[in-house]
Amino acid sequence: MVSRVTDDYLDMITAGCQAVCEPAFWAGFDRSSADGFYDYFCQLTEHEPKRAAKFGLPHFSWLCINPKESEDIKLAEDVIALIPKFLDKPNVLGIGEIGLNKNSRNEIKVLEKHVNLAAEHNQLILVHTPHLEDKLKGTRLITDLIKNDKRIKPERVIIDHVEEHTVQIVLDTGMWAGMTLYPESKCSPARAIDMVEMYGNERIWMNCACDWGISDPLAVPKTAFEMRKRGHSAEAIDKLVYQNPLRFLSQCSKFKLPPA
Amino acid sequence: MTRQQILDLYFMDARCKLIDLAAFIDRVERSAGEEDFRMKAFRQALSELSKGETEKAKRVLMTLSDPTTEPIAAATTKAACGAWPGTK
Ligand SMILES: [Zn+2]
Repeated sequence: MVSRVTDDYLDMITAGCQAVCEPAFWAGFDRSSADGFYDYFCQLTEHEPKRAAKFGLPHFSWLCINPKESEDIKLAEDVIALIPKFLDKPNVLGIGEIGLNKNSRNEIKVLEKHVNLAAEHNQLILVHTPHLEDKLKGTRLITDLIKNDKRIKPERVIIDHVEEHTVQIVLDTGMWAGMTLYPESKCSPARAIDMVEMYGNERIWMNCACDWGISDPLAVPKTAFEMRKRGHSAEAIDKLVYQNPLRFLSQCSKFKLPPA
Repeated sequence: MTRQQILDLYFMDARCKLIDLAAFIDRVERSAGEEDFRMKAFRQALSELSKGETEKAKRVLMTLSDPTTEPIAAATTKAACGAWPGTK
């Protein structure tokens, strides 16, 4: 994980994590050219898998230009043109995390280009939804846009960072819902479990925010522990934290885990 | 879980957050100057808690959301601020 220290890989493997799936995202600053993305894609597909492999942790990645850098259409087009040559890399699962940030017209144009890329290359899609006051509108715009592209099968799309006001919108489309756990400011372990109790556990799973902000790579195992405290069965916990992601990710033939 | 068990598990944490919330409002009200749209939205969201309706978390999130449906012309910032500037 490019934004994390190596100790995080050690903590994850110690906690029983079976794989890490890292989406392309914002560097915390705007990259100045497509060349910066070329290097980043090499890092995601060559260097990070090696760094994780030292801990026996399979590393997978998703590629895109993230919505925070999608206002510049020319840059986005140049970056999207780079992606096809990386799609055959053994650890690439699909296109992501694409989506919207401020719900602007240019962000939508770039989202369309990414969805088209995924359709043309039959890739899974991982979608970032905007944060805070922009999430509701962004989730509606994103799900409408993807639904309108009949080449995309909804069960091959995960819409990430859902909260109580967007989870049903996503589930109604037939797409998967991702709950991203944050130590502060957004979805907490307790609220994630609330959503599972209210909306079911069929097409939903959890992931840890592991970015440049305060975040916790062990948020998922900690939430599993909280589920236990809440009386959820071992089977229910296994389904949410392991079987569901496995079911979604296994739609990409490259997603293979070593035997347990 | 029973209601009693939920209370045993979460009451102290919620109590702590409730007092933090009260102290935050005191702090805002003690300070000089005017409130902005964020506090207006915050107070509307707070009122959702005492209406006796279900899905309070969803209602609070909806109160703090941009309700419009048209894309904006251009993104001039990357960050979100937590409330919609158009809150009435
Ligand atoms: Zn994201």
